[in-house]
This record gives sequence, C-alpha cells and structure tokens, in this order.
Amino acid sequence: MEPHIVKSFDEALNVLHQQVSRMGALAEHQLTLAIEALVSRNDDLAHKIIQADAEIDALEASANEQVLRVLALRAPVADDLRVVITALKVAGDLERIADYAANIAKRALVLNTQPVILPSVRPLQTLGKLVLSLLSEILTAYEEPNPEKALAAWKRDQEVDAQYSSLFRELLTYMMEDPRNITPCSHLLFIAKNIERIGDHATNIAEMAYFLATGNSIEGVRPKNDTSTKA
Amino acid sequence: MPAPNPSVEPQPAARPKLVAKDVNVYYGQKHALKNVNLTMNDGEVTALIGPSGCGKSTFLRCLNRMNDTIEGCRVEGDITLDGHDIIRGVDPVQLRARVGMVFQRPNPFPKSIYDNVAFGPRVHRLTERKDELDEIVVNSLKRAGLFEEVKDRLDAIGTGLSGGQQQRLCIARAIAVSPEVILMDEPCSALDPIATAKVEELMDELRETYTLIIVTHSMQQAARVSQRTAFFHLGSLIESGMTEQIFTNPKEKLTQGYITGRFG
Repeated sequence: MEPHIVKSFDEALNVLHQQVSRMGALAEHQLTLAIEALVSRNDDLAHKIIQADAEIDALEASANEQVLRVLALRAPVADDLRVVITALKVAGDLERIADYAANIAKRALVLNTQPVILPSVRPLQTLGKLVLSLLSEILTAYEEPNPEKALAAWKRDQEVDAQYSSLFRELLTYMMEDPRNITPCSHLLFIAKNIERIGDHATNIAEMAYFLATGNSIEGVRPKNDTSTKA
Repeated sequence: MPAPNPSVEPQPAARPKLVAKDVNVYYGQKHALKNVNLTMNDGEVTALIGPSGCGKSTFLRCLNRMNDTIEGCRVEGDITLDGHDIIRGVDPVQLRARVGMVFQRPNPFPKSIYDNVAFGPRVHRLTERKDELDEIVVNSLKRAGLFEEVKDRLDAIGTGLSGGQQQRLCIARAIAVSPEVILMDEPCSALDPIATAKVEELMDELRETYTLIIVTHSMQQAARVSQRTAFFHLGSLIESGMTEQIFTNPKEKLTQGYITGRFG
C-alpha cells in the first residue's frame, strides 16, 4: 500500500501496529516460560514471569491511548480504520493471554510446594506446545497480515479443545484414584483451562488478522471440540 | 466463541430517480467524463467524491443542463429523470424547476429575504395570489430551517445574513419551486462547523422529500450525510456503492487510496 500524503499518519499507524506485534512476542514468550517453569519446577522463573506481566499491561495501556488519539485526530477510514480497531482488540486479547501465563506461573509456585510430580504434567506440556505453535502462527498472520494463515490457524483451535477435554478426564481419574491428588490436580486443571482459554484468545486474534487483511469477518462458526462440559 | 456475523445493514429499497447511462462529456478536445453509469435514488443522498478535476462537478452540472452554458461543451449518452430523457428535447428552464441547485458560495440575490425565496415561484408563475406566495415563502424557509431566525425581518436584505444563513436561504430558494431533485456543489465549504452541521441536518430531513446529490471534498461529510457514494477519478467513475461499504471496505484500490489520503 502506498504511503499517506501526511507522513505522520503512516508513522502513527506503524508505531501502533508494531507495538501490538511486540506485545504479541512478549505474550508468546511469557507462555513459553510459564510452561517451562511448570515442567522444570523452577520457582525463580515463575517469579520472573509474574513480574514481567506489568510490562505487557503497560503496553496495552499505551496501545489504547494511541488508538484513542488516532481515532480523534485522524478519523481513519477503510483499511486504516481496520488497523486501528484490530490493534485495540488484539492488544486486549494479548493482555489476557499474558494474564493467563502469569496465572500458570503462580500455580506452578504452589505445585512446587507439593512433593509429587504427577504424570499429567507431560500432557499439559503437550497442550501448551500446541497452543504456543497456534499462537505463533496467528501472530505471524496478524503481523503480515495474511488471511490464509489466519484462517488455517483459526481452524486448528478444535485440536486444542480436543486435547483439553481428554486432559480433563485424565485429571478426574487421578483425583478419583487418590484424594491426596485433588489439590495438585485442581491446579493442573486450572492451568489446562488457562491454556485452553489462551487458545480461544489466539483464535480471536486470528479473526482480527483475517478482518484486517480482507475487511470481512471469517464466515461461519468455529468448529468446537470441547466436550469437557459434558463429562 | 462464534465468529462475528458480518453486520448487514438493511439496504433501503432503491427507487431510481436519475439514471445516467454511458455519459461522456467533452470540453472542446478534452474528454472530461468517460462512460459514466450511475443511478441516483429517491429518498437518498448520493455523494460524488474525487480529487479536483475528476469530473464530479461536470457530472453534477449534466443533471440540470448547467453545462449548456459552457461554450464547446458536448454531452453524450443518456440521462433520464423518472425515465424521461433530460439531455435532449426538454426545456432547461423547466428542467431546473424540477432539478434545483445550491452552489459552493451562498449566492442570494441582493434582494429581501422574502423576494429571494419568492423569485422562483414568480418566474415559474406557481401562483398569482399573494397569500399563496406568502405561504410558499414561509414553508420554504421553515423547511430550510431558517424561518425562526428571520421571521421578524423578511424584508431585510438576503446578503446581510451570515454565511450559514445565506446558504440556508439559497436552499429555501431552491425548495420554493417544489423541485424533485436538489443538486449541491460543495454546499458547506464556505461555512463554519456549526452552519455545516445545520445544513447537514437539513439534508437528512430533505432527503425524505427530495433526491439529493452532493459534490463534496470532505470525506467525512460524504460519510456523514450520504447513503450512496460515487468516486470519480480522471473523468471515470471508479466505484459507487453504499456509503458504509465505500468507507469501510472499498473494492477498488484507487478508492481506498483516495479516501484514506494516500493520493490527491
């Protein structure tokens, strides 16, 4: 796309889009570290993750201010308006994703006080890796922006739902086997739910990436594979 | 979470009022308008946008034969008003009673407010009776949203009003002959934001009764007042459609470039 006649308008839009992309990279990194902290039972790492959440909150606040300013001063239309609106919504989703990552770190700290490592940490790691790869693809789709990549990743969220449902059942089984498992398994369940919710927020971002690139919303309803509510 | 449904605004039932087919305009050797096809509907404001020299004003002036007065100007193609040809075989004076015009700079006659509005009805002999003429003048001023401001001084000179009031006086003058279509060429470019808002509000009311076609350089104004937008570039009609679609998701790159300020 050609540059605007008013150069400072281009600059404002570029700064905004780049800042949200940077937020995306940070949120992705936070999730990577959170899963690592959980698996390696690393307290120091968990504390670092919890502290780093403030930076993403600050970036979101700054993105919101920039959106407000651009809307008020530039009255953007068409593709420019989409850059601004999607930045606002994606920044919100990323802030939530980072919150969930920080919550995983907090629960990892609690789990580290418990003696046992449950076998279900491995499937949680697998779920985490799946969501991470999904998030990474979606953030690339948003950055470029690329509607085909966004649509492809958007369709993959049902894999997350399916894995989450199977993990849910597995954790229930451990709790039924031994009541002493209930406390750690409850935390693991919340962690699994956090990861699954991150997948949902990533899907929202995929929808925004698609809208940013095409001006249309992704047609139809996203396929659901979460059967845990029927368990 | 289900994917958001694309918000589909119910499209107003379109009643074609003015239809342009393959319209070409030449100023001597210069080909000013190239194969323009556009339908303008009753009950709607159609905004014509585009950079200077794109042909939008030329097109507007075809709609009430204002180009007749320009030497060397040739109009080809078909323009119909309610299905009847207006390019050939119609008296321009009669046509202009049906298709009124408001210009960029308010241009009231150096006469009283009353006489400004009464001018058209007198020329077209709409009535011979003073009380009926009074009624036309008052109603036209009311419809133009000016009556309350001038009711105590209808014999004051029209050129003594403020810019915004003068423009509404010109709109009252256009309305007085009961036109079906009102053409507006940059009607707010000489007005301050409050006067502009009043004229825009008026346009929204007038479109219930008249077909409005407005040429504007203000993208925001086109977005605010019109239901349909037509984008012209270098004499061609590049894209036309519902205003909401043009300003949120234009189909053509040229349209997008223009409305977002990427070329001028």
